[in-house]
Amino acid sequence: MIDIAQLKTIDQVQNLLASCHYVCDRSLATTIFLALKLQRPLFLEGEAGVGKTEIAKVLALLLARPLIRLQCYEGLDVNTAVYEWNYTQQMLQIRLLEAAGDVQIESARRELFSPQFLLKRPLLQALESVDGLAPVLLIDELDRADEEFEAFLLEVLSDFQITVPELGTIKATTPPIAIITSNRTREIHDALKRRCLYHWIDYPSFEKEYGIVLVKAPHAPEKLARQVVTFVQELRREELYKLPGVAETLDWIAALVALDQETLTEEIVNDTLGALLKYRDDIQQVQRSAVRPILERVQVMV
Amino acid sequence: MLEQGNLLRNCVLFGRLLRALGVEITPTQILDLVESLNYIEIGNRQDFKQSARAVLISRQEQLALFDEAFDLFWQARAANELTDLDLGKLLRKRRKPQTQQVVYRSSQPNGTESDQVPEPQIERIYTYSNQELLRQKDFAHLDHDELHAVKRLMAKTVWNLEPRRTRRTVRAARGRQIDLRHTMRQNLRHGGEFLRLARRERKFKRRPIVVICDISGSMERYSRVLLQFIYVVTSRLDRVESFVFGTRLTRITRQLRTRNIDQALRDASATIVDWAGGTRIGESIRTFNVEWARRVLNQGAVVLIISDGWERGDVELLAREMDRLHRSCHQLIWLNPLLGDVDYEPLVRGIQAALPHIDNFLPVHNLASLEQLAALLAAQT
Repeated sequence: MIDIAQLKTIDQVQNLLASCHYVCDRSLATTIFLALKLQRPLFLEGEAGVGKTEIAKVLALLLARPLIRLQCYEGLDVNTAVYEWNYTQQMLQIRLLEAAGDVQIESARRELFSPQFLLKRPLLQALESVDGLAPVLLIDELDRADEEFEAFLLEVLSDFQITVPELGTIKATTPPIAIITSNRTREIHDALKRRCLYHWIDYPSFEKEYGIVLVKAPHAPEKLARQVVTFVQELRREELYKLPGVAETLDWIAALVALDQETLTEEIVNDTLGALLKYRDDIQQVQRSAVRPILERVQVMV
Repeated sequence: MLEQGNLLRNCVLFGRLLRALGVEITPTQILDLVESLNYIEIGNRQDFKQSARAVLISRQEQLALFDEAFDLFWQARAANELTDLDLGKLLRKRRKPQTQQVVYRSSQPNGTESDQVPEPQIERIYTYSNQELLRQKDFAHLDHDELHAVKRLMAKTVWNLEPRRTRRTVRAARGRQIDLRHTMRQNLRHGGEFLRLARRERKFKRRPIVVICDISGSMERYSRVLLQFIYVVTSRLDRVESFVFGTRLTRITRQLRTRNIDQALRDASATIVDWAGGTRIGESIRTFNVEWARRVLNQGAVVLIISDGWERGDVELLAREMDRLHRSCHQLIWLNPLLGDVDYEPLVRGIQAALPHIDNFLPVHNLASLEQLAALLAAQT
């Protein structure tokens, strides 16, 4: 386990991430390092499948902290994100009080709305430290939530506190390591982004992607791995609705390994293109006019 | 290495430079930058640059601008050229060249104001019947005064759009869902007997609108009035995105958000590089589909395309892209100024290709047609 206070350099962060099979470039390592040191939320934006969510998982593993994940969706509200009262228990309690004979309204109200009956949802859980260690809070795909939820997050992320009307304000003793991801299907409000350290994760370079493939798919034949990465890199130059991310590269190579392929052929590429491209229009366009020229270039380069 | 005091000053100056370039930066961000210096080796320029970028920038579009500004600023610092920082060069780079003819020429045409004909002091007063005439008059035939009057009337049109049922709920007297939390609180009054159930229902919210307007040569007679229309919609309502295209697509939402209308239209005109040129509808729609659709077509957006359909590019491409656009939005409406002409038949190739993929085909040649559009948008369910 690593203590944040022991982290001194950016290299250290980069090496630690690498030890957990996360290949990242120095700029990302710098941003992560600063987020940990300044105790600021980390805002990661980028196309789907470039490894945004993975960072939270790896950080939780490295720092030996629980990972609390909040998947966003439209209509996400306080009841599912922050807290909810345990109504069944509350009702039971009322019946018990009745059976005991006297229900004093004020004291009953106080008792029913006490922490005992509170169900904690991810954001509230994230404010609690276990053994002095704050958890890693992953707020995933924030762009899927609506603006109302964003506004609510402002309070949580700037002061790391939450107000429950019946109980008062709950504040984190140590702020959680907050990581927010967005696929940029809509713009997140500036006010929220300015409270965070921002990093745009781009598609990786050949070297980086090859490094990732070596780490994540160690069984793949070396030549196949090089061909696959070159092919994907070339494919990203095409005009497509959805370019393949690193996750797709890894899926594809896993598929090719499962099919016992040693090298790429036009036939096998056409058959397995579904692992890389997820739109029918894209697949048709690539099959029609891109597979052969790209493969020819790959043969020359690898 | 630089002295601490000096570095602090430079950080503040750098923040100012970025502000001058249009990046919004708060004092807190500058403080964060200074604090981050405690943790990194300042001698390592790349690390410092990356730290500054993480703290100060929060939009992908601004990353390239930041890189340039950083290099320029800290080079100057290093060479101790404290004064002659060529801000102007950078600023010019950011603004696209304004060589093209600027079509917007309402009150102040491009250039100095002094040598222009002075505005008439007394404005014509429009009576009801005048207004009625004006409502029906084709935008292309408006004279200068009428144009002004139309603009004023346009601003009065009420844009009350049909709402969409969202996934979020609000408290309501008669809702479908039971609000357990509120029920519990209310009924404590009766000693915990559940006499009344509190309810919630789904919340309604206005749909987002995306306007994509053709400003190519064939549309020239209409462009300035239509731009005005887009301004009214964009500045009045939230969640409106606006784009214009001739041979290529330009987003003008940000420019039109400015309070001052003349300023907004000037900024928008300056952004557009292909005023009154050719038309490539298909390619422009494709750019929209690839680069913008995922970002602006959420939550059941209504798309308005304003064009006469004179396609000079690939008509098949247009059909394909219209099909895709149609499938990714709630409603696709094509507004055509030529449709105002009673003899008009949609024979133009572009229109022919697009027609199967649009939900509504409406005229947009006078005020009355705009009101008709407003009514249509408000009435749908």
